[in-house]
Formats: sequence, C-alpha cells, structure tokens
Amino acid sequence: MGNRVAIVGAGMTKFVRRAQETGQELAFYATKAALDSCGMKLDQIDGVVLGSAPDTFDGVHMKGEYLSPGAGAWGKPYMRCYVGGGTGVFSVAHGWYHVASGVFDTCLVVCEEKMSSFQPHPQGAFLTIFDHTTERPLKPNLLWIFALEMNRYMNTYGLRKEDIARVAVKNKNNAIDHPAAQLGGKVTLDDILNSEVLAWPVQRLDVSPVSDGAVALVLANESIARRVTDKPVWIEGVGWALDTAYWTNRDLCYPRYVEEAARMAYKMAGITDPRHQIHIAEPYDPFDYKELHHMEGLLLCGRGEAPQLTLDGVTQRDGELPVCPSGGLLGVGNPIAAAGLMKVAELFWQLRGEAGKRQVARKAKRGVAQAWGDLMQVGAVVVVGI
Amino acid sequence: MTNKVAIIGIGATQFRSISPDVSYKELMYEAAVKAYEDAGIDPRRDVDTFVTCAEDYIEGTSIFDEYVPDQLGAALKQMHTITGDGLHGIAAAWLQIMTGKFDVAVVEAHSKASNILTPDGVEVCAQDPVFTRPLQLNNLFIAGLEMNRFLKRFGLTTEHCAAVVKKNRYNALDNPIAGRAAKLADEDFRTAPMVAFPLTELDIAHPVDGAVVVVLASERWLQKKQVNCSKPVFLTGMGWCNGSYNLESRDWERQDFVTRAADMAYRYAGIKCPAEEIDFAEIDDTYSYKELQNLLDLRLVGDAELKHWVESGRTGLKGSLPVNSSGGALGMGYLYEGTGLARLYWAVQELRGEAGKNQLPKSRTALVQSWRGLPTASAAVAILTV
Repeated sequence: MGNRVAIVGAGMTKFVRRAQETGQELAFYATKAALDSCGMKLDQIDGVVLGSAPDTFDGVHMKGEYLSPGAGAWGKPYMRCYVGGGTGVFSVAHGWYHVASGVFDTCLVVCEEKMSSFQPHPQGAFLTIFDHTTERPLKPNLLWIFALEMNRYMNTYGLRKEDIARVAVKNKNNAIDHPAAQLGGKVTLDDILNSEVLAWPVQRLDVSPVSDGAVALVLANESIARRVTDKPVWIEGVGWALDTAYWTNRDLCYPRYVEEAARMAYKMAGITDPRHQIHIAEPYDPFDYKELHHMEGLLLCGRGEAPQLTLDGVTQRDGELPVCPSGGLLGVGNPIAAAGLMKVAELFWQLRGEAGKRQVARKAKRGVAQAWGDLMQVGAVVVVGI
Repeated sequence: MTNKVAIIGIGATQFRSISPDVSYKELMYEAAVKAYEDAGIDPRRDVDTFVTCAEDYIEGTSIFDEYVPDQLGAALKQMHTITGDGLHGIAAAWLQIMTGKFDVAVVEAHSKASNILTPDGVEVCAQDPVFTRPLQLNNLFIAGLEMNRFLKRFGLTTEHCAAVVKKNRYNALDNPIAGRAAKLADEDFRTAPMVAFPLTELDIAHPVDGAVVVVLASERWLQKKQVNCSKPVFLTGMGWCNGSYNLESRDWERQDFVTRAADMAYRYAGIKCPAEEIDFAEIDDTYSYKELQNLLDLRLVGDAELKHWVESGRTGLKGSLPVNSSGGALGMGYLYEGTGLARLYWAVQELRGEAGKNQLPKSRTALVQSWRGLPTASAAVAILTV
C-alpha cells in the first residue's frame, strides 16, 4: 500500500529578523543546501512542492508562483499547499503523497516565510485571518486570543506561570547550539517571569520571534533513497486535521485537532503506544504553553501532565523524551511555514546522528514533528524513523 | 487491487456576475450538497480527504483554508488548501488516492469575484515586487502584448479570435449554469471597446461568482461499497507544470509549461496521438486567443493546421474535435481558482451523456486543461474516460 518514502537531504537558511535576501533567494539557498546535502542535482528532482502562508507576509499575490524560481520549480510539476501555521509539517505530507503515489520518484519540499516584508509589523497581517464580519471589526490581536487559550489551560489544570515558563527556558537554551538560530541565549526562569507583559499571562519571552527564513527537504522513493544515501530517514506516518472555523465554540484547553492528526499518523506508522514508541519530539512551540498543549494532543502524556514532565527534566535533551532539542520556534525562530519544516529537518539530523552539539543523549530511532495554526484549528503531524 | 481513480460526483452553483443574496460559504455549501447527492455519499462518513483551491488576496482573507471545513462537512477531518487552479486540486486528490491510503476525496473551488473591489490592484501584487511591479503592468495590457505576438507568429487575425468568442458564448446558451451566454454578430466585434490592442472587451472572459465541488474515489472503494454511482468517469491521466515566473524571460509565442503538463497527462493515460484519441476538449479560454494557443501547445493541432481548423469550424459542436462545448470561460464566466473545475464539471456531464442540447455524439475520452491566468505560467491537464 503506497511506496515507502524517505527524506534523503535537508537544508535551511539562518533564521533572522530582517533578511536582506528576497523570498526567492531564501528559497534558493535552502533548496541548494538540501540538494547539496545528498549530492543530488535539480535534474534528478521530478516535482516540487512549496509551503508558505499567508501571502500578506511577503506582500505577494500568488506567492507560490513568485517563489517557484527559487524553489527550482521551472519546467516541473509544482504545487503550493498551505494550512496556515501547520503548513511546515503538512508540506511533508504533501511531498509524501507525491512520492507514495508512485507518480514521482523524487520530490523537493520547500518552505519559505519572509515576515519582515510586512510593515511595520506582521501582527497587522494577522488581522486579516479573522472572519470579516464577526471578528475583524473587533481588531483582534493574536496575542490576545492566545492569552485566552493559555489562561484556559492554566485554569483547567491549576498551573502556575513558572510551570509553563520552564519550556521557554529549555528551548531558548537548546537553541544556543543551533547554528541557524535567531534567538538562542542563556535565559533563566526569572528572565521569563520578569519580561514585559504583553497580554496576561503572555509575556514577551513566552513568545517566539518574528523571523525570515527557508527550509528544504529532498524526498525520494526507496530505490533512489538507498542509492543516494546509506542513512535514509523514512516517513512512517503523516496526519492532518482541520477543525471548524468557529474557534469560539471550542474548549481551548485541549487541541483535539492535533489528536486527530496524531492518530492518523500513528495508525499509518503502526504506533500504538506513542509515549514509549516515540523517542524524540518536535511539537510546535510558538508560545511556551503550546509545547505542553501539543505534547498532550500528540498523546505523549495525559491531559494536564506535560508541565510535570517538563519539571522532571524528561523533556530535556538528555531526558527520557527529548522535546524540541532544536530549540524550537522559541529559540531558533518562527518564520511560520519554514519553522514547521525546520522541525522535520531537526528530526532528520537527530536520527542520522548529525545534530552536532544538539544531538540527544538517548539513542533515537523514531521521532514525531507537529505544527499548528489557522484559527487555532489545524494539526499537522509527521512520524519519521530509521 | 487497483488504484484507478474515478470521478463519482459533481456539483455546481449557477454562475452569476453578482450574487448579493449569498455568501461564499453558501455558494460552497450548495455545490457540495449537490456533489454529495450526485455521488450518493455522506461527507462525514465516507470522505477521507478534502482539498480546496484558493488564493488569499482573491478571498480578502489570509490563510483562507480556515473558513472551508464547515461548509463541506470537513470539520476535524483531513483538509488542506492548494493555491492553484481547481485542476491542481484534482491532481492533489488523485495523488492521495493513488497512495492507497485514501479512498474518497473531495475537491472544491469557487469564486466570489463580485466581492473584489480592486481586482487590478490584486493582480499587480502578483508581479515580481522588485522587477515588474514598479511598472504597474495591467494584466489586460500583458494579454494584449501576448495576443499581438501570437497572432503575428501564426498568421492569425482578430477574426479568428472573434470566431472563438462567438462559438463559446453561443455554446453557453444551452449550458444551464453559464453566466455569460450570448449570440454575437460580426457587428458586435466591430464596435467592441478596445482594451489593449488587439484585445477587445469581447476577447476577455469576465469574472463571475460560483462554486464547483467534485467527488473522487478509488475504483476499489467503488467496487466494495457499491455506491449509487452508475456512471463513474475515470481520471486516467494528470499532468501539471510551471513555466517561467518572470515575464521578461518567457516565450511569448509558445507555452512550454502547457506542453509539459499535457505530455505528463498523456503518458499516464497512455495516449500516443492526442489529436486522434481525444474526442473533445474543455480548455482554457481566459482570453480568446488562449484557446487557439492552447490547442497548439496541447498538441491537439499542428502549427500549420490551426488557421484552417478555426476557419472550417473543426472545434465547433459538429466539428471533429469540439472545444469548449460548455461555452468555456468566455461563455460560462471566469471563476478564478474554480475555472478549471468548471471545465471538468462540463466534461463529466458530456462523458455521462447528460449535456442536454450540447451533448456530443462521440464522447468517450476528454481532455480538460486549465491555466491560472496572468501573470502566472502554470497549467494543469486531466484526461477523462468512460
């Protein structure tokens, strides 16, 4: 049923606040790095898929076409997909079905986001994601609705701010070892708790930065994968789910859409006990509480249990279940779609033992990456293994 | 076991120049209900994966996929956006079913063109922000340039283009959902307002509101479920391709991306000689000359024959290769991302023998083609058979 699909190459640009390069150039640098990493040429690529959203960040209508030259898509079957913030991980599923169908032998997956093009701040672009009739006139700000969600999460499980801020400490410190990181730095719990309040309980250091960047992966079917590398990383399962747009009617303390996506991916990968069969996790962490939310949605622990795992050090790089050893979005940066793909790239490097100083202590054979977005409604999950 | 893919349900709304009585959500809902009824399925129970085709700037909403699941019955299910023409969405669904992991897929595309207050401003945003956008090129101006070049190269005149317009808009008279049907006389072309020489007002497919939904299924599922689908139409080949994004490095006479997309589709469908094996075609006619250009680039007509073909009515309802018996985009209206699905919708009706007065006597193999319009160079091609 379906062809086996492997990731054989990965590349990324440095994540920065204001890249001097155009979006096309960012896509080009990531694409070239990915091809070079597996010694492949563009001629050997059958099709290209691109993930990027929304268009307003780059200020380009039909952004897929605009980025196509940088993504190496001239004269090739090329398609752009998106599910908002979930795009980075979903784009791997998009590439997966190109190859798993047997129609393509190889496929490039490229994700780019250049948020600095939006002036004065991309937060303005987010206003246009809300319903034009019922919500947009209220001029909602993303920080406010995430503050609602974070409040709900803390309230439901009786959590304190420090239970959550530990995630930011862990991830920002992990990012010190990531060569492409924008924000890695030595921070303490006090730094987080004393940072500027943006919309209680969200404080400045609870939040990932605004970034520009691009990431690319090379996917190949089994016969080609075995030819170009002796360390293919297999895509064992993919899953995605999109919930209703009426987010106000949802219980904000649990991401059911992530659970649906995870169950789909786990079923495909034959995983019945994620807590023990997954060795390394890269859940989406644009806010520190989201890592906890998503660990629960990914069924890596019970509801409300993720803060305790963090406190116990289980999620540290040398812990039993390393979570965001890359540094995550909180540390490496958050160019929306590219950030999600960075997580899959991190699993690729970790499973191959090529993560350098970031290499997790535990021998990892299988990892899960996840991204989230839209109006707090989409889950995208990829399980990879060696 | 086979992964053969069939179209088992289609639904569309009326195409209208304005639709102040309904929202885009209601348009989508109407088309979806019709398609599900046509296929005899329940979206909550039977559908494995949903695809919508949309562009943020056209919708006036960022990350538009947020607002799609509710109308399609796709909440908490597998749903994503392709920023391409509806035929690109069909390609995405085709690939997913071919993996063997999905059995039933739904593809949606729509237009609420009457909501767009500044279509010219949106189109300019699709041009390269560094090189061409400062020139503020209007798409119709670019089309006029290309039309000039194309007509000169192949020894055609504006009369040949007028023949296309007359044929298509007349065909649309018998298409019950068409929004731009008309019986035009030579006098109309002589007095038509000039837009960008030699492109007149009549050479342009004008935007309309409407939605189209298509249900696809694997043949295996059809056999197993024995659903009430008496006339499955098989999708035997798909191809899509991207050409040069930059206007200045594009071939203004030929469209290599159309030929590459067609060749991919022909290869999958096992078509060696398209001109002989295709019974009828529904192809892009966003501008009148595009139908002629596409006929060449799809390799349905040889360079030397084109002029004679048009003059002798070979593409008319009674001709040897009827083209756009639906009325095309000129006669039905331009549906933005839904334009390719409108072509597909009609082709399925012809293949099922349900095309009413425009029913073609020979309709076993159809070619459907789309182009995303200026300034893009991306096309998709589907081959359908019964």
